[in-house]
Amino acid sequence: MPSEPMQTSLSMPYKRKLAERGRLGRLLADIKKNKVSYLFLAPYGIIFLFFTVLPVVISIGFSFTYYNILEPPQWIGWRNYINLFLADEVFLISIKNTFLLAAITGSLGYFASFFFAWLINELPRRIRPFFVLIFYAPALAGYAVSQIWGILFSGDAYGWMNGFLMKLGIIREPIYWLTDPNYMLPVLIVVVLWMSLSHGFLAFVAGLQTVDRSLYEAGYTDGIRNRWQELWYITLPSMRPQLMFGAVMSITSSFAIHDVLVPLVGFPSTDYAAHTVVSHLVDYGSFRFEMGYASAIATVLFLVMVGTNKIVQRLLRKVGQ
Amino acid sequence: MRTMKLLRPSNLSRSLGGDILNLLFLILCGCLMALPLLYTIFQALKPLDEIFIFPPRFYVRNPTLDNFVQLLVMMGESWVPFSRYLFNTIFVTITGTIGHVIVASMAAFVLAKHRFPGQNLFFNIVILALMFSYHVTAIPNYLIMARLNWVDTYLALIVPYFSYPLGLFLMKQFMDQIPDSLLESARIDGASEFRIFWKIVMPSVKPAWLTLIIFIFQQLWTMQGGVYIYSEQLKTLSYAFSQILLGGAVTIARAGVSGAVGLLMMIPPIVLFIVTQSNIMETMATSGIKE
Repeated sequence: MPSEPMQTSLSMPYKRKLAERGRLGRLLADIKKNKVSYLFLAPYGIIFLFFTVLPVVISIGFSFTYYNILEPPQWIGWRNYINLFLADEVFLISIKNTFLLAAITGSLGYFASFFFAWLINELPRRIRPFFVLIFYAPALAGYAVSQIWGILFSGDAYGWMNGFLMKLGIIREPIYWLTDPNYMLPVLIVVVLWMSLSHGFLAFVAGLQTVDRSLYEAGYTDGIRNRWQELWYITLPSMRPQLMFGAVMSITSSFAIHDVLVPLVGFPSTDYAAHTVVSHLVDYGSFRFEMGYASAIATVLFLVMVGTNKIVQRLLRKVGQ
Repeated sequence: MRTMKLLRPSNLSRSLGGDILNLLFLILCGCLMALPLLYTIFQALKPLDEIFIFPPRFYVRNPTLDNFVQLLVMMGESWVPFSRYLFNTIFVTITGTIGHVIVASMAAFVLAKHRFPGQNLFFNIVILALMFSYHVTAIPNYLIMARLNWVDTYLALIVPYFSYPLGLFLMKQFMDQIPDSLLESARIDGASEFRIFWKIVMPSVKPAWLTLIIFIFQQLWTMQGGVYIYSEQLKTLSYAFSQILLGGAVTIARAGVSGAVGLLMMIPPIVLFIVTQSNIMETMATSGIKE
């Protein structure tokens, strides 16, 4: 829709009607005039509508129903949401785990992405690509080799971590890293952090190279002494768009942790100790076929992600001030 | 003096000590990051007696290709020929990648270079879509696929990726930089919009499409097909490998094979990234979300 300025001076209803018809007519003419643009947009737009926009709308609709795929959905109002927050203990565990994982891996991963990108940018130009590759490789190939962590943290004495600690004499018998509820989350956090230098990291590395050199020169004459001052007063403020992009990427991935935990701690994990909101969603959607309930979980997750993004973006506007 | 020049051009706010410290710190952290990947390589080359040794050894002493041979034997015994899984993955990856690059670039072109009603709304919805993972839409997606009769076909795997929001977003940001005058002069020469898109815009955004290729490749390469595919003949390589590893990586008999599988799966994306790295960096420089 074109954002036409509101015509407040026209208070009489029939005049407004006339104006609106004019507006609609203009819109139709506009669409006709821009036929080519819409044709270009159409393939993407249609696929996006069918497999992204429509699913979100349907999901919100289903969340107010009882739906098991075989029978038609029944409207049950807010009951799914009420059950989620008041009667589902596992959901509360999963919410707690998700927030914990997101708070730790999301924020640390984000800061690490920027920090390492910045340090790499301080290196001579010629050796930068090598370091970018080394730091980005886990995110690139990490999912394919995530079972290697299963071997590193294997629960027997042949697991590398256990063997290492036993050889040093720190522990006397192997720790069940991946089945003992006390150790699952910390191990998971390590693995997720290892893979977290992802799209945001690349955006930061690239963005740092394009910061206007003359800003730095102006900074030196204004008395900037060291690289830390330079970072806060010049580099960060001019990187704000990339910082926004990186934040979106890391929030999205840190709230949606599930795929990586399945090969490590199993699904479901012992005592649901590593259960996340997405795990809960997969459980109800793909195993129990309670689509209405699963949709309610998805809707909650969606709102949490968008809400967190809005808050973080507001915070990022304060950078360098 | 020479070392200082070697490390970086002289700069007012930099100290040599800090530069050296930075390099050492990055080397240390880089080693930590590379450790699990190195371990995958070593694990893939270890003979059985070195996999089960106490205390466990990080590196391999007598490298062997036994694990790969064993993997081949297992693949040969599988119900569906191994080559079929490989074909499926390659087919899905290539068509999905090409389709995504073309569809997303066409949309990005008009979003960046045309002015028409609804364009900002559309782009804002795409940015919003960056914010949620596919899990959120998985259930209705399945129902839509079922309605379209796409379940158990390649279409269910490929088509949704055509509209991968990250690709459109990056492409649009990159195309914003193309000078309008370039397109205007082509229009005066009477070129159609499609011709302008195909002959002028696309060749000049090569870095961006290479970036889209690597990101979408990453998604498609490890895709297992999940609930959409139930015919064994249509399953992907990643699925077949995950079946071999079923029971977890700690399954005694398959500990070596799992290393081999991991190594094979991680090589293609890394090689692709090395080849395209400079182009990707050029694209990511324009990736910012403007307020």
